[in-house]
Amino acid sequence: MAQLAWLVPLFPLASYAVLAFRGRALGERAPYVAIGAMALSALLGWGAFLEQVAGAPPYVWRAVWAVGGERTLTVGYTVDPLSSITVAMITLVGGLIFVYSVGYMRGDPYYARFFAFLSLFCAGMLTMVLANSFLLMLIGWEIIGLCSYLLIGFYFRRRSANMAQMKAFLTTRVGDTLMLVGIMALFWQFGTVDYHAIFEAVREGGESASAVVRLGGWEVPLATLSALLVFGGPVGKSGQFPLHVWLPDAMEGPTPVSALIHAATMVAAGVYLVGRAYPLFFYTPHHEALAVVAWVGTLTALLAALMALAQDDIKRVLAYSTISQLGFMMAGLGVLGYAAGLFHLLTHAFFKALLFLAAGSVIHAVGTNNIKEMGGLRRFLPVTFWTFLAGFLALAGVFPFAGFWSKDEILLEAYHHAPAVYALLSATAFLTALYMSRLVAYTFFGTYRGPAHPEPDPWTPEDYARAGLHAPHHGHGTPHESPRVMTGPLVALAVGSLVVGFVGIPGTGPEGGSWIHHFLKFEGFKEAGIHAPSFSWPLALRSLGVALAGIAVAWLVYGLRAVPSERIRAWVGPVYPFLRNRMYIDALYGWVFVRGGLLLAAGLRWFDVHVVDGLVNLVGGVTVVTSRLHRLFDTYVVDGLVNLVGWVTRGLGLLLRPLQTGRAYNYILVAAAGLGLIVLVSLWRL
Amino acid sequence: MPILTLTLFLPLVGALVLLFLPKEDAERIRKVTFGFSLATFLASLGILSRFEFGRPGMQLVEQAAWIPAVGIQYKVGVDGLSLVLAILTTLLTALSVLYSFRENHRVKEYNLLFLLLATGMLGVFFALDFFLFYVFWELTLVPMYFLIGIWGGPRREYAAIKFFLYTLVGSLAMLLGILLLYFHLPPGQRTFDVLEIIRQRPLAGTGLLAQLAFWGFFLSFAIKVPMWPFHTWLPDAHVEAPTAGSVILAAILLKLGTYGFVRFSLPLFPEVFQQHAPLVATLAVIGVIYGALVAMAQTDLKKLVAYSSVNHMGYVMLAVAAAAWAHGRPELQQAAATALNGATMEMLAHGIITGALFLVVGVIYDDRTHTRGVDDFGGLWAVLPKYGAVSITAMFASLGLPGLMGFVAEFLIFVGSFSIFPVFTALAALGIVITAAFFLWTIQRIFLGPTNPRWAELPDLDRREMWTLVPLVVLMIIFGVYPKPLLDVINLASLDVVAMLR
Repeated sequence: MAQLAWLVPLFPLASYAVLAFRGRALGERAPYVAIGAMALSALLGWGAFLEQVAGAPPYVWRAVWAVGGERTLTVGYTVDPLSSITVAMITLVGGLIFVYSVGYMRGDPYYARFFAFLSLFCAGMLTMVLANSFLLMLIGWEIIGLCSYLLIGFYFRRRSANMAQMKAFLTTRVGDTLMLVGIMALFWQFGTVDYHAIFEAVREGGESASAVVRLGGWEVPLATLSALLVFGGPVGKSGQFPLHVWLPDAMEGPTPVSALIHAATMVAAGVYLVGRAYPLFFYTPHHEALAVVAWVGTLTALLAALMALAQDDIKRVLAYSTISQLGFMMAGLGVLGYAAGLFHLLTHAFFKALLFLAAGSVIHAVGTNNIKEMGGLRRFLPVTFWTFLAGFLALAGVFPFAGFWSKDEILLEAYHHAPAVYALLSATAFLTALYMSRLVAYTFFGTYRGPAHPEPDPWTPEDYARAGLHAPHHGHGTPHESPRVMTGPLVALAVGSLVVGFVGIPGTGPEGGSWIHHFLKFEGFKEAGIHAPSFSWPLALRSLGVALAGIAVAWLVYGLRAVPSERIRAWVGPVYPFLRNRMYIDALYGWVFVRGGLLLAAGLRWFDVHVVDGLVNLVGGVTVVTSRLHRLFDTYVVDGLVNLVGWVTRGLGLLLRPLQTGRAYNYILVAAAGLGLIVLVSLWRL
Repeated sequence: MPILTLTLFLPLVGALVLLFLPKEDAERIRKVTFGFSLATFLASLGILSRFEFGRPGMQLVEQAAWIPAVGIQYKVGVDGLSLVLAILTTLLTALSVLYSFRENHRVKEYNLLFLLLATGMLGVFFALDFFLFYVFWELTLVPMYFLIGIWGGPRREYAAIKFFLYTLVGSLAMLLGILLLYFHLPPGQRTFDVLEIIRQRPLAGTGLLAQLAFWGFFLSFAIKVPMWPFHTWLPDAHVEAPTAGSVILAAILLKLGTYGFVRFSLPLFPEVFQQHAPLVATLAVIGVIYGALVAMAQTDLKKLVAYSSVNHMGYVMLAVAAAAWAHGRPELQQAAATALNGATMEMLAHGIITGALFLVVGVIYDDRTHTRGVDDFGGLWAVLPKYGAVSITAMFASLGLPGLMGFVAEFLIFVGSFSIFPVFTALAALGIVITAAFFLWTIQRIFLGPTNPRWAELPDLDRREMWTLVPLVVLMIIFGVYPKPLLDVINLASLDVVAMLR
């Protein structure tokens, strides 16, 4: 199976090609192509994964992609525990999202295009995961970026979607550029972009691995610098502070896209890359690059959880929770919890996909994103409610759901390796339970309030006409449950949100550890004498208590309204608008980078036209003026001289003219006189 | 069969044939022109089939005495660098001729000039004699001057004269450089043979004279590239030139400058170039960032693409400057070769991508809307799905999206140059973000959002337009996904140049 793993990304790629060229003709049948391709990928991916589970050795294949002098750049793929389990997750969760989309997107005028982009998205993600060099990883990585751009702006008639897609691409590209510089630095250092060669070199810590660069008087280990630059990519892609701003806006895409971006692909890419390139971070002096990862993650987790508290858009709350959970994963990886961070990536994929899809089902039913306009939906949407509840419990970290096991692992590692991180993450866990309970209370409990302004249709009548469809009527009476093709994936993901965590139960692996710890292990720990802390009941109970406390507080405020939220809002004063406006970070970027950039561009344009080109025209003008002067000189001096010669000649001619009488006897007289003169002179000489 | 000579003069023969066709028969003139340009393209592929991969140095050299008294000969040859650029030339000439089937104004002269231009450009890439090179170099100027001046837009005369004079000033400076080199050869051995002059480097160690000659060549090439701050002729020329003229201008004529730097400046003046490499790199980085920012502020699509060329050619020059810095530093040779591969790849990628972009602008401007204002559109993707797909692909290729050709070039330039000029390269990487920003903004303003009702009924690409655009898109993808075959050819030439820098 591992030898065939190269086909895994190619199936969705082929599906993309088919849908891009034949999508219109396929019409309603377009999803079969996409889902069929995904099923084949899943089959191969799971085959390779189960082989790894059974203990097959990692498989690596590479080929030369480009040459530079005598050096080569290779591309290829690796099948090992990390890549295979991630592929298994992507194909499963991604496939379920595809199925759900069949129902959610039905009747859309660009139905085939949607599935084409989804397929390409998964192809990019699978390429990125299976890649065995920074080069191929980057290719997959940017294809993901492209697809997120295309899908976030799928409703391309909407100005807000246009802005969101640009914001997503550009913000992540800032990170990508840093990563590219990091890759350049790695190539400089090691002469290759191959993962295995680089990781082997940093592990051995030879000369090139311990190089130092001077940055304005500071001596920075090159290894740390490269690792941190590479980390720029994940910061952008996985929505870490300060490049997190694009992720909440990515909600402009259709809901299945949000699920895909927030769970199985895109944001997972960043965390995966940190896991994949773990040696790069680990083998820096004092693991200092990992410390940065840990703190960026912790800060992100906390800030995003705070912002989530003040949002009213159901998808936006979930988006901030994604940022926060990604922070958890980064923090886990940063505090030496290699398996813990990646485990949370896997469990989170299930319950976050579930939450988004269930939210989509809610939006589908009520026609608004605003949770304040919902309420009491548990009666109208029973399947959606119960599955959402499963996702909620998993996210909040309630026993025995998946999030409990993976989040607990992270907290456990933090407790042992970085107590400050532990404290902050525990606070975040409390906030997580709080804002999620708030969301559940507003959406599913109380009485149904109904939307004041239902979302307008994203398409214009001409879009429908062009596709040969009729614009749907958006008459929303009472909300109704979604069709089976949508609830089916919800149920499957709900089951996943429960059972996926079981691989993290202590005792499922050898020596009393968990299976996931055994499967995803980082060899460097053993060499460095770092032992994973073993499961501890007091800590687990403490984190469970934190989660339950969050739920309880939310229940008091939003459920029983013992302390109405309005009073809390008044009590905290400016904190609420501060959080609600995303701490004004987006506004700041808008002023500094967008407006600043445009102003600079306009200024340089002026400079170009008036100064640079002005100089050129000045030279041209001066040349013209000089040539005019030349012409005067030419006319009066050069030509004047010529004329002078003419005049002199003419004057002499005039002087001599009287001699030219034209009468023969005059000439004969003169000739005779001359002859006489000659004779006289000759005689004289004698 | 002298394949190089055949390829070189086929277009000229075509031009002569056109002379005998009645100018009223526009259709036949177009077909004959296209036939000759296609034949030239096939002939250039014939060169490829005879090219020995893995052999360094010039190949398929053909030579004949011309003016032996002063050491001038007809000598042509190819290596990896000139071969790929020649094929690019013949391909884009054929596509430009095909695109121009709609041109109805003075068809005979128009097509004749295109064929003449093709011979001029091929001659620049093939020539191995400085005199011959100079003749072809100047020959490219004249047809383009008339193409802009006769078939151009409202300010065509200003643009044509600016283009002509600006580049002519450069050429004259180069001519002085050539003569300096020539007269420093020992009397009796004086020759214009490029390889011989490079071997002898007559100005090595002459101090001021070498400096003068270097700057002479530099001025000529820098104007052609164009490097900042010699770039302002470019937007004017592009805006006024007819679409096919813009395509050739951007895709090929700009490459004459970068080709000159790699072929002549590097091997002829390694010491002097090294001494000035930081300055050249500075100008290159300014070009990258400045070009991208000014492009962002444009509202005319052609100007926007023109400034994006300033940006992209800046990357090429950064790589060339990095290679120059590697002179005499054996530890940097591999990086220099990588950077030069990237530079050559960028020449090709920019040729294909920007060629496609100008065609894309032409398709919408010439026959459909007669406006190029970025803000005059909106929602076109829904109206023109094929056109949208092609344009968006080309724009993403231009902004360096992996999987498309521009990325390969930029990646190689960056990884190669970073080992030599880390700070300059890191600064140039900023350009990636700005380029992405203005292309995405352009896509948004033209293709997304509500449809401007004025354009609700536009027809999508017709078959001929597809034939001009699809080959370019296919090439972008093929060499973006698997560039190795192309790089194997290029790498030979880069290794040669690097060996000369040793």
